[in-house]
Amino acid sequence: MSAGVPLTAEHVLEFPGGYTRTTGPVIGRFLTELREGRLMGVRTAGGRVLVPPLEYDPETGEPVTDEWVRVGPAGTVLTWAWVESPRPSHPLDRPFAWALVRPDGADTALVHAVDAGNVKSMRTGMRVRPDFVPGPERRGHIRDIRAFVPEVTRIVSPIRTRYRVSAGKALTRFLEGVAEGVFIGGRCDTCAKVYVPYRVSCPECGGVIAEEVNLPDTGTITTFAINNLPDPRAPEVPFVSAYVLLDGADIPMITLVGGVPAHEVRQGMRVRAVWVPPEERGMSMSNVKWFAPTGEPDAEVSR
Amino acid sequence: MGNRCAVIGVGQTRYQTKRRDVSIAGLVREAALRALEDAGLTFADIDAVVIGKAPDLFEGVMMPEAYLADALGARGKPMMRVHTAGSVGGSTALVGASLIQGGVHDRVLVVAFEKQSESNATWALSTHLPFSASLVVGAGGYFAPHIREYIRRTGAPEHVGALVAVKDRKNALLNPYAHLKIPGISLEMVQSTPMLWEPIRYLETCPSSDGACAMVLSSEKAVTGTPAWVHGTAMRSEPIFRAGRDTVNPRGGQDCAADVYRQAGITDPRRELDAAEVYVPFSWYEPMWLENLGFCAEGEGWKLTESGVTALGGDMPWNPSGGVLSSNPIGASGLIRFAEAALQVRGRAGEHQVPGARRALGHAYGGGAQFFAMWIVGSDRP
Repeated sequence: MSAGVPLTAEHVLEFPGGYTRTTGPVIGRFLTELREGRLMGVRTAGGRVLVPPLEYDPETGEPVTDEWVRVGPAGTVLTWAWVESPRPSHPLDRPFAWALVRPDGADTALVHAVDAGNVKSMRTGMRVRPDFVPGPERRGHIRDIRAFVPEVTRIVSPIRTRYRVSAGKALTRFLEGVAEGVFIGGRCDTCAKVYVPYRVSCPECGGVIAEEVNLPDTGTITTFAINNLPDPRAPEVPFVSAYVLLDGADIPMITLVGGVPAHEVRQGMRVRAVWVPPEERGMSMSNVKWFAPTGEPDAEVSR
Repeated sequence: MGNRCAVIGVGQTRYQTKRRDVSIAGLVREAALRALEDAGLTFADIDAVVIGKAPDLFEGVMMPEAYLADALGARGKPMMRVHTAGSVGGSTALVGASLIQGGVHDRVLVVAFEKQSESNATWALSTHLPFSASLVVGAGGYFAPHIREYIRRTGAPEHVGALVAVKDRKNALLNPYAHLKIPGISLEMVQSTPMLWEPIRYLETCPSSDGACAMVLSSEKAVTGTPAWVHGTAMRSEPIFRAGRDTVNPRGGQDCAADVYRQAGITDPRRELDAAEVYVPFSWYEPMWLENLGFCAEGEGWKLTESGVTALGGDMPWNPSGGVLSSNPIGASGLIRFAEAALQVRGRAGEHQVPGARRALGHAYGGGAQFFAMWIVGSDRP
């Protein structure tokens, strides 16, 4: 036996079968009603409704009256404490709140568990209702209420609409070009403006756009944003989304700019499309990885 | 312009991040009842209801005119929905006004709302169809390049955007309905917040709000209480993809302003108007719209902002309510501008009242700065 180590042993002190408690008429009525699935309070001579009931009014010391009042079952949380790690003896085996719940129609609150799922769902003043255990399992005990649960204040309403999207004649023609590494634009018959992506009518004059124009994959950044919010289509944060006016076009396209630190991008910067390898291309703008600087001198930005 | 039309009731909810205590129906009803109370009327006195909200995906509510008819007392009455993106609140007021001006009805309830907490507007604005490769992320991602171009063209100093952010939030402290209340807001505070979509900083953007706004519009013979008379109304739109389109100073906005000024007999808005409630969801849109709306020459807008002209104590206060930068239930934001303009000329704006305001502009824009709605209201009968 080594010196300095105290001699210890586990010892359990538990009255076999548990002590009994004779309820008396007041508490007995409360628990009997609870077994029936009813939450009842008792009125004091002063008119207050006590839940849970007491045999003697704590304010006056007089016996409470024999007037019973059905309260709740809904109530309001007056205050609460969150239990992140329940103990074995706790009424719930997952995080819950101990709360003071005042049932509607009562002047006092009772302590019970609130099964809110998440501490973020707990709020002083929140509305809760008792969740009784099924009738045959009730035995006239405070645990006949499994827990109080929040009232329904919000539902989730999923909406999902499934489409079959047709690219249409003009966009299909444009994407055919993109699959070959060419930007196809169109020149308006009436006002001669060149639109890219290719489209069949002119938004300026309403004219027909019949003439296809193959545009080069070089252009000028007219303006841009440096995005510091992540986006699944961008390789990193920050990323630059830019309006690029392709040489020969009259309207800019919005594209990703890469191959240059975000803060070195300039209005007027000359850029060229970086295409994915031909074997990876399809009918999609994702054929263009991004636009990267050409190294040419900046162009003048007109308005 | 047709028959005379007046605003005789204005109702707003307190704008906040989450209104968990009410349904959408309860939210719009709250604003509607306040507008009716202001006019001294009940639903029984209303002939028709016009409702506006932002695009359907914002809350997944596709037919508000059907869903909200009961809440707005519309049983047995004409009810219709207006849909022009972010400008919808303004367009809703104008559709309502046109029913009065055209002699169709004597009293029209106009209502607009948004309950942003039920969804996510940035998601709704960033759904990407197959085949396209749009890189626009939310409204900020769309507008940031145009702000950058404004700064390049005008040489405006960097702090001007932050000045607007501070000014509007200071005004919001005087407005009991405003959402963002930032006591002690300062230039340094705004400039210390991160760039979200450079050149837009966090505190230079509008909040996401739940809220509703309503107005009772009336014909001349049905006026009750204190009217704000409609002196001019105008709407314009333009295609978002148009060669040569000026996205910094859109033609649609210029034409819309010219039209509404002509109707109101205004030749110099800076001198002849007393207040303006203008849709400024990102701070730099104040100087941009000062120019677009003809309050100054092109390139000069930032100088008005910088010199304090647009502050509540300045000679041309813009957004005394705190504006969209302080409260943004998107579908309602335009209607709030129109309603706040009416409150100013009725002398009912409380602590953010512009003293003696007699004529005010309400303005809204939407989409890719492609829908515009404006009205001018005055205390005098036109």
